Amino acid sequence: MIKAIKSFRGGIKPGHHKVTAELETVKMPLPSKVVIPMLQHIGAPCMPLVKKGDRVLVGQKIGDSEQMIAAPVHSSVSGTVTDVRPVLYSTGVEVMAVEIKPDGLQEVHESVAPPVYTDKEGLLRSIRESGLVGLGGAGFPTCVKLSPPPGKVLDVLVINGAECEPYITSDYREMMENPEGIVEGTKRVMEITGVAKAFIAIEENKPLAIESISSLIKDGDNIEVVSLATRYPQGGEKQLIYTVTGRRVPVGKLPADVGVLAQNVATVAFIANYLKTGMPLIKKKVTIDGGAAANPMNVEVLIGTPLKEVFEFCGGFCEEPRKIIMGGPMMGVAQYSLDNSVLKQTNALLAFNENQAVETKESVCIRCGKCVAACPMSLMPLYINANVMRGNFEETMKYHVNDCMECGCCSYVCPASRHLVQSMRQAKAELRKLAARKQGGKN
Amino acid sequence: MVEIIIAVLIISGLGLIFGVGLSYASKVFAVEVDERVTQIREVLPGANCGACGYSGCDGFANAVVEGEAPTNGCPVGGNAVAQEVAGIMGVEPEGIKRTAARVLCNGRNSVSKEKYEYQGIDTCAAAASHFGGHKACTYGCLGHGDCKNACPFDAIVMVGGIARIVEDRCRACGMCVLACPKNLIEIIDKTKKYSVMCMSKDKGAVTRSHCQVGCIGCTKCVRACPQQAISMEGTLAKIDYSKCDNCGECTKVCPTMAIRVMDFGE
Ligand code: SF4
Ligand code: SF4
Ligand code: SF4
Ligand code: SF4
Repeated sequence: MIKAIKSFRGGIKPGHHKVTAELETVKMPLPSKVVIPMLQHIGAPCMPLVKKGDRVLVGQKIGDSEQMIAAPVHSSVSGTVTDVRPVLYSTGVEVMAVEIKPDGLQEVHESVAPPVYTDKEGLLRSIRESGLVGLGGAGFPTCVKLSPPPGKVLDVLVINGAECEPYITSDYREMMENPEGIVEGTKRVMEITGVAKAFIAIEENKPLAIESISSLIKDGDNIEVVSLATRYPQGGEKQLIYTVTGRRVPVGKLPADVGVLAQNVATVAFIANYLKTGMPLIKKKVTIDGGAAANPMNVEVLIGTPLKEVFEFCGGFCEEPRKIIMGGPMMGVAQYSLDNSVLKQTNALLAFNENQAVETKESVCIRCGKCVAACPMSLMPLYINANVMRGNFEETMKYHVNDCMECGCCSYVCPASRHLVQSMRQAKAELRKLAARKQGGKN
Repeated sequence: MVEIIIAVLIISGLGLIFGVGLSYASKVFAVEVDERVTQIREVLPGANCGACGYSGCDGFANAVVEGEAPTNGCPVGGNAVAQEVAGIMGVEPEGIKRTAARVLCNGRNSVSKEKYEYQGIDTCAAAASHFGGHKACTYGCLGHGDCKNACPFDAIVMVGGIARIVEDRCRACGMCVLACPKNLIEIIDKTKKYSVMCMSKDKGAVTRSHCQVGCIGCTKCVRACPQQAISMEGTLAKIDYSKCDNCGECTKVCPTMAIRVMDFGE
């Protein structure tokens, strides 16, 4: 084990609140229905491949897309398709979703078999078929990430076990319960990408995980466990790469441009398991926590399970929840309905009570500069915010708004409670629209 | 002393030579500016809103003189300006269409449900990017007034949580149409009194569960219209304004009162 010497700039130290860390993951029984949306990744939505009345089996592909950046979707249960209908995606677009009533048999589809491949392309294709997306939260299709653009040579692999967001412990449970899988998966990814050196990076507040993984690494594996300072957003891709390798990903570039590939621990563990069994991505470890959750715990949930049933399984609410967040408190997405489903990227479900969800009123910026100090990307959130409020979206480009990773540090520290991250998102969305308009000529 | 005088003489001499050269060049290479452009520019409202489709009033004036743009192409100036422009161009004035913007949603807060409590940035665009906005109906007006802020003529007011157009002030420049993230605003012939004030593509039962005044797709209006001006687009009724003769039969039969125009004229 080595200790990271470097540290990134900015960041914050929120409370850990990781009370569920030492609770073993509990498997949730079959829900009464699953609703599986066709968009659970960054990229193009899939088209449903099944229709109402069809019988589907576990692991059967029920949605796919011809686009490069997309990941197919599979059924997590065996049963009958009861509906194919549009649901709302968090960005406000409507995507189709397949609703399935499980028959309780959990019959596995014939396509589920260890993938056979002869070359690297075949292997990458089968990883695409597994429906895998980055399980750390962003949900970028993994097979795209594993095939760097031509001309870019990867030489370092960084496995992200930082799990720096408060409350979430699902990656930690993966490291405790399946360290073999993580090490195995790391080796597999090294083979696939031809990278000679790998680091498994874990925050130092998880000594047991560091120990359990270190004990499995043999000399000559060329894998090293790195302990990181506990600071948010240590698990941010660019921050992690800088702390572990000392390489800076330049503005507007990708990790591949500095020869680094970063993958989440759960993602590589999945790859190891998939290459052995051929079972596509149909379940997730999810942390249930928050002041309103009766029994904070970690559960293994089938993708598509309605949030309501997950919370019910975990003992329901001990008080009226004020805000339900999918993901962590820093980067998660507040949910409007408990009918929404668990998605591939879901790593936590937090039910905040009145006290935790308290929203202070926004006031004017006092130019204290705290947001600038906190921003790990060295941006100036206050100016971007001011421009967004005036509608000067093009101006925000000068402030490099597209480098913002929406970590939420700026909003966290702002004494005026300004909606900083939301304005970053807003600016990015408007810039995308402007670019599309320019490309497509007039309007 | 002598040096100074020489320097002054050289400079003035050079000035003289360049001056003569320039005044000669300005005669020989003069660019004809059609004075009609200047005249038209003067009668235009000068809002530079771009509603005509040209880069501001100057662009429009040029385009008219070049015969590219129609004399009644400035929606902001209306009939009066169209007449003057036609006068300057020496052609018959074409009639201007009497259009105004209309926000096709009647879902005031009192009759529509909310999906969640929104606490973020106070603009429709920001609200719409979180699960489509806080309104239960994904198609409805969010009421943060992006359109109102975009309107150069102060013709939009917020009433009961939705935007309304004051037709007398609206100059049909279309700025609000571009600003609305829900695409709820259309520029409509304002002599047409009736519009389906709903854009929900949801099924009737869903629409009804979200809002009391949405179009539920019952097709009663289609059957009631003597002019056959109404047709269904999925579960949403659409009026063909070129056929509608303002008889108002549709609004009598609509069970949800979705066909109605609230008049906010001054
Ligand atoms: S932290 Fe808030 S108040 Fe301080 S400069 Fe940034 S935006 Fe302004
Ligand atoms: S500007 Fe973006 S990257 Fe910087 S602190 Fe705010 S959310 Fe994080
Ligand atoms: S009409 Fe559109 S822009 Fe205007 S308030 Fe409603 S949603 Fe916002
Ligand atoms: S009568 Fe009303 S509810 Fe029925 S289709 Fe026409 S507009 Fe819609």
